[in-house]
Amino acid sequence: MTAIVLPILVPFLFILAFIAIKSHRIAQALSIIGSSILLVLSLYLFFQVKDQGILTLNMGGWKAPMGITLVIDYFSALMLVVTAVIGLAITIYTLYYLPGQHQHTRFYVFFFALMMGVNGAFTTGDVFNLYVWFEVILISSFILIIIGHSKAQLEGGIKYMALNLIGSLLFLAGLGLLYGKTGTLNMAHLAEILRTDPQSTLINSSTALFFIAFGIKAAVFPLFFWLPASYHTPNITVTALFAGLLTKVGVYALIRFFTLFFVQDQSFWLSTMAVIAGLTMVIGGMAASAHYDIRRILSYHIISQIGYMIMGLAIFTPLAIAGAIFFMLHNMIAKTNTFLVAGVIHRSQGSFHLKEVGGLLKQNPLLAILFIIPAFALVGVPPLSGFFPKFMLIKAGIEAQDYLIVAAAVITAMFTLYSKIKIWNQAFLKKDPSSSQLNIRKSLWVPHLIPLIILALVSVFLGLFAATIFDYTMAAAQQLIDPSDYIHHVLNNQ
Amino acid sequence: MNSIILQLAARYIKALLMLFAVIALLRGHNHPGGGFIGGLLAALAIIYYSFAFGWQKTILNLRILPTTYISWGLGMVSLSFVPALLMQQPALKGHWVSIPLGIAGTLKLGTPLVFDIGVFMAVIGVTLLFFFTLIKNR
Repeated sequence: MTAIVLPILVPFLFILAFIAIKSHRIAQALSIIGSSILLVLSLYLFFQVKDQGILTLNMGGWKAPMGITLVIDYFSALMLVVTAVIGLAITIYTLYYLPGQHQHTRFYVFFFALMMGVNGAFTTGDVFNLYVWFEVILISSFILIIIGHSKAQLEGGIKYMALNLIGSLLFLAGLGLLYGKTGTLNMAHLAEILRTDPQSTLINSSTALFFIAFGIKAAVFPLFFWLPASYHTPNITVTALFAGLLTKVGVYALIRFFTLFFVQDQSFWLSTMAVIAGLTMVIGGMAASAHYDIRRILSYHIISQIGYMIMGLAIFTPLAIAGAIFFMLHNMIAKTNTFLVAGVIHRSQGSFHLKEVGGLLKQNPLLAILFIIPAFALVGVPPLSGFFPKFMLIKAGIEAQDYLIVAAAVITAMFTLYSKIKIWNQAFLKKDPSSSQLNIRKSLWVPHLIPLIILALVSVFLGLFAATIFDYTMAAAQQLIDPSDYIHHVLNNQ
Repeated sequence: MNSIILQLAARYIKALLMLFAVIALLRGHNHPGGGFIGGLLAALAIIYYSFAFGWQKTILNLRILPTTYISWGLGMVSLSFVPALLMQQPALKGHWVSIPLGIAGTLKLGTPLVFDIGVFMAVIGVTLLFFFTLIKNR
């Protein structure tokens, strides 16, 4: 399948185009074309994977484990599609919400660099190549944070860069150790070696380094400090993009590594993860309820939701992993959407602070509906998308008799509900506070809400067609838990 | 700095370094060298020149701007994907043509060379961009 390389190659070509283009009108049109192409492409790959099973491509014709292999299994294919959906919504959003038109072309250059990095991370089958994609993501996201050059942005950007570089450093150290021990960095080959290795304790030093590195990227407790330090500073478009994609790449890497080849001493690592998942959920949820800036509430919320995904990995039954995948899918869409709503609130009321906004229910009922859908989806109200993955995770937890983590998950849902109701009460129900009358207000039209409508519809459909998605994520989880198919496809290709 | 000796030497050393950069680029496929190292050497030649003559003069003398180098380099890199994609082969698969040159042996040209030249140009552009940005703000 030569088409596997296209989710990486197409953004690369668009980067080139945006370097050459100066006019922001053309750049805007081209960015929407680019995102649409990516969506079509990822849907094509998704259905190919669904028909034919795992797809692989040996770059340059060098066979695994010598060359770099790109692999798309059910899990990666799903992630590619979600990434493309978010990318499309964000590019439409930039038409109205990105200030400074002269910066549009530069924004798109690094937007597509980020898309290239994320797609690369989701498709690669090589540990070092994954490291490279993480760096591509890190560099492009740093530039996206500081576009605009305000002092707060630079401060947030530097914190983000510094703390993430520590993660990259640990990743590289773990990678070096792993290569020294096994002599290979191809994930399938590693799985083949490590799954049959009697001296499994020797691998734990690498496992620990990778665990901390991905923990930083995924923003789990107690490594999440970079996220609340930086996510409230950039333009809301950028924050929404990051909320959907960045931390989830870390979670993806955790799930991939700990199902595929870090399976030695599993009892220890999984119980560690369960503790971390519980703490991440509860502490993220508590911190979210303490804040009044919408962006800060939602940023802490990202952290608490990461806990659910780690919880699925920690329970490690097919149902739990399927729940984690379904949860990622739902969370990426709904989380991005709540940030987009925050951007619309800012546009219409001139502030992100809950004390300074209000009365939106009367001013714009459609926006209220568009907030309610992702908010209730995140809380887990049926029939929206959040209910089913949470149900799967909690059911798997009860089946595995991990009652503590189930309790943490239920309590966190209460925190989520509390902070969503807080936003609802303050921004939508409360009377418009007179102080903010001074701010410049812009009227909203329906075109301004198109990306929100797209993502809200996706959330609703994920809930309505939950059975189909449940079957698909169960198949993906089976593939992850029993990776013999994955190993076979990569190592015996052609 | 305004030293006659440095300025006189810089002209020749720049040419030598450039030549060495191209050699490093061309031998890089099977030996130490390649686009990245060659690019660094070439950028070093220009930076060395700027030490002798000052960065303002160096920028004026540059026929191609650093950003242009980067975009052309990335363009070359993407060109090297084309043959494999057209022939429905795995991306970046190497394609070679051998041109016999009589006594001089055979000249082997291929898509990895195109890729390497792209990296070469991109590295020159990035290094010069870093250098000039830092030295301007000093």
